[in-house]
Amino acid sequence: MYDTLILGAGMSGLAAGIRLAHYDQRVCILERHTTVGGLNSFYRRHGRNFDVGLHALTNYAPKGDRQGPLARLLRQLRLRYDDLELAPQTGSRIAFPEVTLRFGNGLDLLREEVRRQFPDQADRFERLVASLAGYEDLGRAGTERSAREIVGLLLTDPLLIEMLFCPVLFYGGSRERDMEFGQFSILFRSIYLEGLARPRPGVRQVLKLLVRRFKQLGGQLRLRAGVCRIVLRGGAAQGVVLDDGTEIAARCVLSSIGWRETMRLCGVPAGDLPPAGQISFVESISVLDVPPARLGMNETAVFYNDSPAFHYARPDEAIDPRSGVVCSPDNFDYPTPAEENILRVTCLANYDRWAADAMRS
Amino acid sequence: MTPDEIRETVLDILSDIAPDEDLSGLDPDRPFRDQLDMDSMDFLDIVMELRKRYRVQIPEEEYPALASMTSTVEYLTPRMKDIPKK
Repeated sequence: MYDTLILGAGMSGLAAGIRLAHYDQRVCILERHTTVGGLNSFYRRHGRNFDVGLHALTNYAPKGDRQGPLARLLRQLRLRYDDLELAPQTGSRIAFPEVTLRFGNGLDLLREEVRRQFPDQADRFERLVASLAGYEDLGRAGTERSAREIVGLLLTDPLLIEMLFCPVLFYGGSRERDMEFGQFSILFRSIYLEGLARPRPGVRQVLKLLVRRFKQLGGQLRLRAGVCRIVLRGGAAQGVVLDDGTEIAARCVLSSIGWRETMRLCGVPAGDLPPAGQISFVESISVLDVPPARLGMNETAVFYNDSPAFHYARPDEAIDPRSGVVCSPDNFDYPTPAEENILRVTCLANYDRWAADAMRS
Repeated sequence: MTPDEIRETVLDILSDIAPDEDLSGLDPDRPFRDQLDMDSMDFLDIVMELRKRYRVQIPEEEYPALASMTSTVEYLTPRMKDIPKK
């Protein structure tokens, strides 16, 4: 009998496992896949390491910061800052036709760019920054309002609005076009006010640290352990049944696999659930024979869009190349050059089309 | 445990919870909150570690006693005097 079973060995499942193990709970994390990571994972092919999902870690803070989300996470998981081997970004850019906004870690560069490119919006931009919800405000009244509605009251230039939304939506928008103002605030802070960094060895470094800590604390991690049902008694989760029929009992079940999938495992018919989200991405990873900088890609990330209007929605075609994120793991401020020669391009995609193609082949 | 041993125990827990902190310059009379930017979750972690390691139960209304090193040692001395140091 476990105190808690956790579904999914992604970062959130692993972190939850560590916190519960600190509190002396018997915890088991169940993961369907052959490896940890979930949406932010990694693989190795032909002697090269590839990351899946995250381009960078947001919420960057230099060593010694004690108050930001990164410092809090490290403390709650009892990890050392240096163990992450973080390197800050070299600089990023939002590229729309004829207008570019550069940003780095901390607000200074973006603020200067807004002042230069959108002089009549500079004061309004400051008001937007001042009105962002804080990390403690999430879930309070007002944070569930439309971000576009609130930002639209503060900024009056539609182009600047679209440009600022572009990275925020790409890095944290699970729904089409808009998001809650609370979530927008968190992402705005994490990207523009704090910033981007990358562990030198990639996302595997974060996952390795989490798994090691979890196991040190006596936590159990089971890979290739897909859950086919959550056992309910009197409306409370009492355990799970694995794909192979094994039943595991627990006082509590925590799920990190999303609302819809969790409800399905609880036996709610798919027809009774709200439809799944529309947002999917396709990423291509190119291994180049030269550093990306030699091809003119000097930035950490370029968020591009080919017209003044930004369409963050599911395309009818398999992929929407009109906007996207171009990112290179080479372009972080490492102590020694990365020499990975990797370029990643992420675009919005239509999941159903890809799934149908995969079935055909 | 003597007050000195209790102090060592608390330092040990603090260094586990905040591995990046240099605790050598900790002022025993100033609140941990001010010196280490600790929040309520961190205090809960200290309470939990004391319970796990030494079976010391601290009721929630007495958490304020853990504000600084001096107040913590003072508070724990009668409660841990018969517990051997690990």
